Amino acid sequence: MREGQIRIPSGCAVAGVIDRLGRRFSGEVIIRSIAAMRDRSNGLGGGFAAYGIYPHYSQWYALHIFYDHHGAKVDCEQYLKQHFEIADQSPIPTRHMQEITDSPLIWRYFVNPIPARLYRCGMDQREYVARSVLAVNRQIDGAYVFSSGKNMGIFKGVGYPEDIARFYRLEEYEGYCFTAHGRYPTNTPGWWGGAHPFGLLDYSVVHNGEISSYDTNRRTIEMYGYSCTLQTDTEVIAYIVDYLHRAKGLTFDEIAQVLAPPFWQAIEEMPPEKRECAAYLRSTFASLLVNGPFSIIVGFSGGLLALNDRLKLRSMVVGEKGDVVYFASEEAAIRVVEPEPDRVWAPKGGEPVIVAQAGGTER
Amino acid sequence: MNLIYPEFEVARNTERCTKCGICVKQCPNGVHALKVDPTTGEQKLAADDSRCVDCQHCVVFCPVRALKIVKSGNVYRENAYWAQKTINEIHLQAEHSGVLLSSMGSPEPYPVYFDRILLNASQVTNPPIDPLREPMETRVSLGAKPKTIERDPAGRIVNNLGPQIELSLPVMFSAMSYGSISLNAHESLARAAEELGIMYNAGEGGLHESLYKYGRNTIVQVASGRFGVHPDYLNCGAAIEIKMGQGAKPGIGGHLPGTKIGADISRTRMIPEGTDAISPAPHHDIYSIEDLRQLVFSLKEATDYQKPVIVKIAAVHNAAAIASGIARSGADIIAIDGFRGGTGAAPTRIRDHVGIPIELALASVDQRLREEGIRDSVSLVVGGGIRSSADVVKAVALGADSVYIGTAALVALGCRLCRNCHAGRCAWGIATQDPELVKRLNPNTGYKRLVNLVRGWQHEIQEMMGGMGINAIESLRGNRLMLRGIGLNERELEILGIKHAGE
Repeated sequence: MREGQIRIPSGCAVAGVIDRLGRRFSGEVIIRSIAAMRDRSNGLGGGFAAYGIYPHYSQWYALHIFYDHHGAKVDCEQYLKQHFEIADQSPIPTRHMQEITDSPLIWRYFVNPIPARLYRCGMDQREYVARSVLAVNRQIDGAYVFSSGKNMGIFKGVGYPEDIARFYRLEEYEGYCFTAHGRYPTNTPGWWGGAHPFGLLDYSVVHNGEISSYDTNRRTIEMYGYSCTLQTDTEVIAYIVDYLHRAKGLTFDEIAQVLAPPFWQAIEEMPPEKRECAAYLRSTFASLLVNGPFSIIVGFSGGLLALNDRLKLRSMVVGEKGDVVYFASEEAAIRVVEPEPDRVWAPKGGEPVIVAQAGGTER
Repeated sequence: MNLIYPEFEVARNTERCTKCGICVKQCPNGVHALKVDPTTGEQKLAADDSRCVDCQHCVVFCPVRALKIVKSGNVYRENAYWAQKTINEIHLQAEHSGVLLSSMGSPEPYPVYFDRILLNASQVTNPPIDPLREPMETRVSLGAKPKTIERDPAGRIVNNLGPQIELSLPVMFSAMSYGSISLNAHESLARAAEELGIMYNAGEGGLHESLYKYGRNTIVQVASGRFGVHPDYLNCGAAIEIKMGQGAKPGIGGHLPGTKIGADISRTRMIPEGTDAISPAPHHDIYSIEDLRQLVFSLKEATDYQKPVIVKIAAVHNAAAIASGIARSGADIIAIDGFRGGTGAAPTRIRDHVGIPIELALASVDQRLREEGIRDSVSLVVGGGIRSSADVVKAVALGADSVYIGTAALVALGCRLCRNCHAGRCAWGIATQDPELVKRLNPNTGYKRLVNLVRGWQHEIQEMMGGMGINAIESLRGNRLMLRGIGLNERELEILGIKHAGE
């Protein structure tokens, strides 16, 4: 049984690091950080999102795709050719490792919508790409697009996160922002697509927790055209972020208020203008409130959003050194890569930490 | 001659009885009488069992607990097809002709889906939350949610949220008219709603002038009889409900006999004293969905678009399609009333044979509105059989924004479900207009009992939410993964949208 056929709760480790000035650095930092939390995962899933890693193809959507078998690749490539111009396609470079077994075929494509086709369907470019990704994942058996943003990429699989990183040669990539995830599922899935991060376009989500609002969130977001085929919390959170940011035009600060809104009592005590806005967001998007324990790091072009559930039932620590900001489930994972941070703090439940470069967010 | 042997028997413990005569005064049906034995001259309490409706009033008020009401125990020859009740009903109709009348919700043994649904709780991977230590939010707002986010030139979000009803918990008192119940019952409901931060529904009989001050916690109703409807009435309430149907009697109207139309009710309903108050089966200006839309917008015009409009329907076979139509007709809230819902009087055959259980109607309506992408444009309120906080939690998890409670509220006021409201001699002062009986219900104690009940439910709801790891009731709405069926077949599970226990 794999994700999508059964709902699998899991505990986890998350980590993230971002340079506010957009300076690029090696993936080595995030590997060492997540490796420090090895006992928070159990070898059944690890993954990374890396931003700024494809400067030569920065205007192309980078599709990372798992194929269970060659036939899926043939079908999928036929679909891609119908819908996209393809600038480049190749297997994602990996290294052979004892620890990593049963890897699927892993391919990478740099694509853009075929202009005439895009024009005919009347969608904007991002909507077109998002729908195509969802269509492949739903329709083409054995093909799974697990990364689809511009100038960013997700790398994930079944294994401990540091092993997955070596497998993908992540230390050879340079980016301005990385997130990482080590998984501890309470079941034994053997499917690479089920690992985190979960992404759509340039949004990526790593998540530690098990949300109790899952079915409320799922049934709501499915009403807006998404289909939660994996039945995982991370998937539904990623779709909510995509919906609120891309379709509804909310800022990440507002999105944080929807995912983990202030308690009504706190809203009542706000100054009038702030109160009206907070009450508005809470009433309007009540069904997108994410309840139960979670700590998430949402990556997007040019920034990161870290957020805990309202009661802070999962850990999340933030550290700062100059213009570099670190996030991790445990402080040790920050100190292992930055022994002398200027500041380390644990944000309160529901209190978002948003790091965005000026003009960073693609709209 | 009455051909039917009494259903109940008054069992009097003569050793305890002090012959105080309280039972004689308490019984509005004249069951008890103090008699003098002609031979011994001794005083003796006698009972005419045939008049007893088992309202339990004498039992409760007997100071020495000398009374109880038991089944008379007289039996007809056993027959698996022709039940004693069926035979008695035929005798009754053969004797008097006419339509059999009943009150309150159907007591027949149809499946109760609430009792075949179990709730989830958190273990290990997800902690339960202790409501005594952490905030546990039960507040909800009902009304249409905006489709688009608008911003002013400075980029601030513009508040384009339409009129809403704010509730401290998703429970409201459902529509019961002044006329079907007493003014003291109405006042108890109104004051309780105010204190609890919820709503009561004035029902279709207008609003007594003494209750206008509770307007902020009042839903005013517009039914097919249009009793007591005028601009001040519409503008007084927090919301307006158009009553298209009632769960206890789908497809038919209502009839309040002229004997109950005294001066006060006559003034409130705006009809002459002593005339029958007849609510036609349809609204005669609504023969289809487009007419409903016109009424919805007429009421909105009359209230300057400041009040959400509720459309209430009975749960019937094609409730999902009907609700979908209503959601596109300008209504802000849809109320669905299940076939267990109460009534002050309904033809027995209608009450017991028309309509469907609220659990099934709710599940299919919620699902249909989601499939059509219009669930956000209306809130869903369900009533007709909500008995406890567990029913509330299950209804919310199936997809309701709030519930209506009627019968449970009357029980809190004293009702023992003797189901004789239509007789108008309610011993508890609820379903009666007899001034002597009405006095028995003191609004000062009545409202407190309602507040106690709902606060108790609120604590229980919070405990169940906490157990599920949910600290805001919004996250429970439509959260069907929190539910499991027990002893249900695949079709029933499919309609309810839930898995079976063990899955």
